[in-house]
Amino acid sequence: MNYFDKIALTVITFLPAAAALALMFFPRGTAQTDSHGHTHYASDKPIKWVVLGVSILAFILSLHLPAHFDYAQSGFQPRFNTNVEWIASPNIHYHLGVDGISMWLVVLTTFLVPLSILIQWDSVHGRVKEFMVLILLLETAMIGVFLALDMFLFYVFWEATLIPMALLIGIYGHERRIYAAVKFFLYTMLASVFMLGSIIWLYLKVGSFDYAAIQNALSAGQIPGIATAAPWLFLGFFIAFAVKVPLFPFHTWLPDAHVEAPTAGSVLLAGVLLKMGTYGLMRFNVALFPEQARINAPWIITLAIIGIIYGALVALVQPNLKKLIAYSSVSHLGFVVLGIFSFTVAGADGAVYQMLNHGVSTGALFMLAGMLYDRRHTYEIKQFGGLATPMPVYTMLFLVITLSSIGLPLTNGFVGEFLILSGAFQAKAIYAILATTGVIWSAGYMLWLYQRTFFGEIKLAINRNLPDVTQRERLALFPLVVLALIMGLFSPYWMKAIDPSSMRIVEAAQAPKVHATVHPEDSSLKLVSNRNSENTNRK
Amino acid sequence: MDQNLHLWLIPLLPLLGALINGALGRRFSRQAVATVALASTAAAFGMALMVAASFSGLAHVPYVESHGPWIQITGFTVNFTFLLDQLSLVMLLVVTGVGFLIHIYSVGYMADDDGYYRFFAYLNLFMFFMLMLVLANNYLLMFVGWEGVGLASYLLIGFYFLKDSASQAGKKAFIVNRIGDFAFLLGMFMMTKYFGTLDYTSIFSQVLSNPAQFPVETGGAGLLTLIAFCLMIGATGKSAQIPLYVWLPDAMEGPTPVSALIHAATMVTAGIYMVARSNVIFNHAPMALTTVAVIGALTAIFAASIGIVQTDIKRVLAYSTISQLGYMFMACGVAAYSAAIFHLMTHAFFKALLFLSAGSVIHALGGEQDMRHMGGLRKYIPWTFGVMAVGTIAIAGIPPFAGFFSKDEILWKAFSSSSNGWIFWAIGLVTALMTSFYMFRLLFMTFFGERREAANAHDAHASAHGGHSDHGHGTPHESPWVMLTPLVLLAILSTVGGWVGIPHSMGGNNHFEKFLEPVFVHEGGQETEIEGTATWTNKLPPTKETTGEPAEAAHANTSTELLLTGISVAAGLIGLALAWFLYVSRPELPARIAHNLGNLYTTVLNKYYVDEIYQEAVVDPIVEGSTDILWRGVDVGIVDGAVNGAGTSAQAAFGTLRKMQSGNIRSYAGWVALGAALVVGYMVWMGIQ
Repeated sequence: MNYFDKIALTVITFLPAAAALALMFFPRGTAQTDSHGHTHYASDKPIKWVVLGVSILAFILSLHLPAHFDYAQSGFQPRFNTNVEWIASPNIHYHLGVDGISMWLVVLTTFLVPLSILIQWDSVHGRVKEFMVLILLLETAMIGVFLALDMFLFYVFWEATLIPMALLIGIYGHERRIYAAVKFFLYTMLASVFMLGSIIWLYLKVGSFDYAAIQNALSAGQIPGIATAAPWLFLGFFIAFAVKVPLFPFHTWLPDAHVEAPTAGSVLLAGVLLKMGTYGLMRFNVALFPEQARINAPWIITLAIIGIIYGALVALVQPNLKKLIAYSSVSHLGFVVLGIFSFTVAGADGAVYQMLNHGVSTGALFMLAGMLYDRRHTYEIKQFGGLATPMPVYTMLFLVITLSSIGLPLTNGFVGEFLILSGAFQAKAIYAILATTGVIWSAGYMLWLYQRTFFGEIKLAINRNLPDVTQRERLALFPLVVLALIMGLFSPYWMKAIDPSSMRIVEAAQAPKVHATVHPEDSSLKLVSNRNSENTNRK
Repeated sequence: MDQNLHLWLIPLLPLLGALINGALGRRFSRQAVATVALASTAAAFGMALMVAASFSGLAHVPYVESHGPWIQITGFTVNFTFLLDQLSLVMLLVVTGVGFLIHIYSVGYMADDDGYYRFFAYLNLFMFFMLMLVLANNYLLMFVGWEGVGLASYLLIGFYFLKDSASQAGKKAFIVNRIGDFAFLLGMFMMTKYFGTLDYTSIFSQVLSNPAQFPVETGGAGLLTLIAFCLMIGATGKSAQIPLYVWLPDAMEGPTPVSALIHAATMVTAGIYMVARSNVIFNHAPMALTTVAVIGALTAIFAASIGIVQTDIKRVLAYSTISQLGYMFMACGVAAYSAAIFHLMTHAFFKALLFLSAGSVIHALGGEQDMRHMGGLRKYIPWTFGVMAVGTIAIAGIPPFAGFFSKDEILWKAFSSSSNGWIFWAIGLVTALMTSFYMFRLLFMTFFGERREAANAHDAHASAHGGHSDHGHGTPHESPWVMLTPLVLLAILSTVGGWVGIPHSMGGNNHFEKFLEPVFVHEGGQETEIEGTATWTNKLPPTKETTGEPAEAAHANTSTELLLTGISVAAGLIGLALAWFLYVSRPELPARIAHNLGNLYTTVLNKYYVDEIYQEAVVDPIVEGSTDILWRGVDVGIVDGAVNGAGTSAQAAFGTLRKMQSGNIRSYAGWVALGAALVVGYMVWMGIQ
């Protein structure tokens, strides 16, 4: 066993924060004010390079996890387990661990950060150092959320993501940035308080914040008062995560936050932060409270399906490019929640895969939107039109990402959507029938967007000579475009880690401990034996 | 040990061509682009021929070739696996053969077009997906090709993207197809749930080997009926059947070779292929099968009626395609799958020929597509006239041309399918008459009579047709050899292509049907060769054993069959005569008839206003409802209004209490902290209790 294994998670998590700390002492150098009144420092350029280097290093280090992952192990990987006492009383541990689900979310995070830095390279207007510090702090917090196995630690990382993101929106955003930042901060902060309540209740009963200890206590059913408290605990976690996802009707902070956020902020917000919500639903709501998850699944799935259809229909009529993508995220994340609460292997695997896919495709979409903003300083779709003529390469890249977003086979989106919907169908046909309409709506809003943006004659003279994708933008975009295709072709590579871990979570939710009978909907993938009974039902 | 056919190379070669031209084509010369595109398609065609040559020597048919997993989770796997049997071999040859000819033709047709490399990259991409579709051995991989050809179609319909109507048509095609795909997906979910797999062979053998579990669902709608209905809806999208046919006429916005390849010969037949491929499921779902037949018959006659009054040469052919696809659908619906595939093949020949000839006409006239502005072209472009006449005779069902045999077989199979089969036969017959009429109308309006050049024709169409405007003026000119060669080859195929399926009643041996038998005829759960000559009994599901027809009955059937053949040939000739009378002898008559028909004529001319109805009843309500109700009403008004309202009132209450400034983060944080304290306090109290 390699020595690095033991410290790998800590290094990956805190490397960005350490770099941020070091950056604070980095001298600014001489100041210069440009024509727009923004102040630039001599240190801006070296800082950007250093931060890019650090984030790439973090990515490379994070690849250590898939490279040394034990695929026979469905739970948290013992070899990467890091557990030391942090505070004796209350009993808080510094406990990090990784399984097949969190591993790929960590890699997604470290993958997106350098790309988002690259795409924002020239469009941080003033206070470059602070911008980079915030991005790095955000990265540490995001990775921490996925790795923390102590609930207190989890909560600290969870809340820690809020501050840099709110500041990124509030300082570096567009016109209504303060409103958006406040709304984002307030909404998600308020929601996470409910989670804190749940965590504290559990601590008081179990005497530990440790995830595994709490899970064991819960599954053993020995906690006094758990029967009455469980619905509330479940709800406490659920509210925090549902707002973050965001699940309909808790989604209205998202369009505002996205429209105002700088490109890098949007990429990380859509690419990673939203996944914290769906990850939480899986890790806490389903894995800790399988019984409650089962009881509450019908209305949660209802919200998810409303989100899929509603998000898509509202996206269809958005005049603003970023708002359109934001609402499409509501729709896509609805798929993920549907998959999680279908309690089928296909649904859960698809949900995790779709989290990664959404990070790739929506991350790329926000980059593409940002590139247009850099050129035209607007997100209004009617300001464009006919861009295929001046920007052919951009048009092509946008097409691939569009296809990934609408789930065309051989792109990543298809694998995720198919598994989710197939799982949903196994759970209950009507779920899949309603949710599958999403494939029609998504084609509608994306292709209409594509048509209005790229096709036809150029309507505004200002668009006639827009520069096509630059070398730097290519560097930022190509990895995502290529990955969207590779993940569509070679899904088993990712799935071999995801499948055992999500299966573990699903199995707990599938096998009821209290009720003796198994509902046919819950039982298994292959229901050939149940076919006849199903058939007579239908007749 | 089976030999390795390397089937994977067949789709991959065109993909390689697409990637090379897509990435580097901009820097290539036109010749290099054409070389890459043609070489990759020719290689695929060559491999298809090699595969065909070694087919009879295969130890195992179906031949299966696996290349690892595509999706793999606990309890469910989908592999990159290809399958070659008689059905996919026919499709493979049609797709690569016709595809290759159309590639050659395109070199000439697109010679002056700006997007040359883009065109060939898309065309090769189409070939890749289409070959995936026909070579897949499971539904999901078929779906890759299925949606992929939709993508290629989207890109090629919208090829002239500067034209709004073109990009609109591309989008429409994709979305309408997605409606069908929605149902296709549901069908796959059902199969995944109840069979645990999407492999054809596994599903079909599960069905065939458990007659107790999977009976022929005559009593009502069971699982297989539901699956069949889902697949059928998917097929109505791709194969342009009622109610999802509306995208195909608009698809004519694409360059003419695209219309020939994608929207006539290959892609639109994917639905037929899929239904035929799923014959085991459909045979167990008589209700779905009947629906398929009804949809097919209605589409056939409905589209033919629209075709009669269209004046755009490509639109006539488009409605004709919908109508002919309806024929094939109807054939599937009476379980005459091999007749459907037979017609699919001959149709691929003569419809590709007709479209490409139309392209040659358009090319000769510098972009003119309106037949009212043609006429008398026989003298100027004799080769085009000759091959187009062959195509017209073939589609009109006049012996011994290709369309005659396949159409006749469908009509006969429809007639003999059941006691009500004569209804389908009658609709098919009327359609045949209409088909012959509108096709000869097209031929006569275009090539006979006097030339009727429109004064503003060039202005109107020059922009529509990009590069060809420069030779729009002056006398129409014959197309170059690079375009004529494929036309002549297709004309030969349209002539002799039907001879592989000459029925027994005419002293033939129906090799085509015999060849496909292993795919379509299943007995008692195992695939066996059916003996005897009463081939028309194949369509019956396995439970209804019908072997050994008495010789006399067979004889009576033979004479009925010949009689019906005579009637259908007569229908074709009547259509021809009628068209001659109206468009050559008395060309002033059609306008008067149209005038006398009044509203009926206008309704048909306007395609029964189906597009308008869809727009008003479906598209507009969705867009307006989403804007006014969902977005402005629910989202901004109610949901966000509640959020902001809660925020504002809390802030106001808090503000009066602590006199803190509104809008700054600290005040919100304080408010949050207070709320947090309350909730945490409550939870802790709960926990202590």
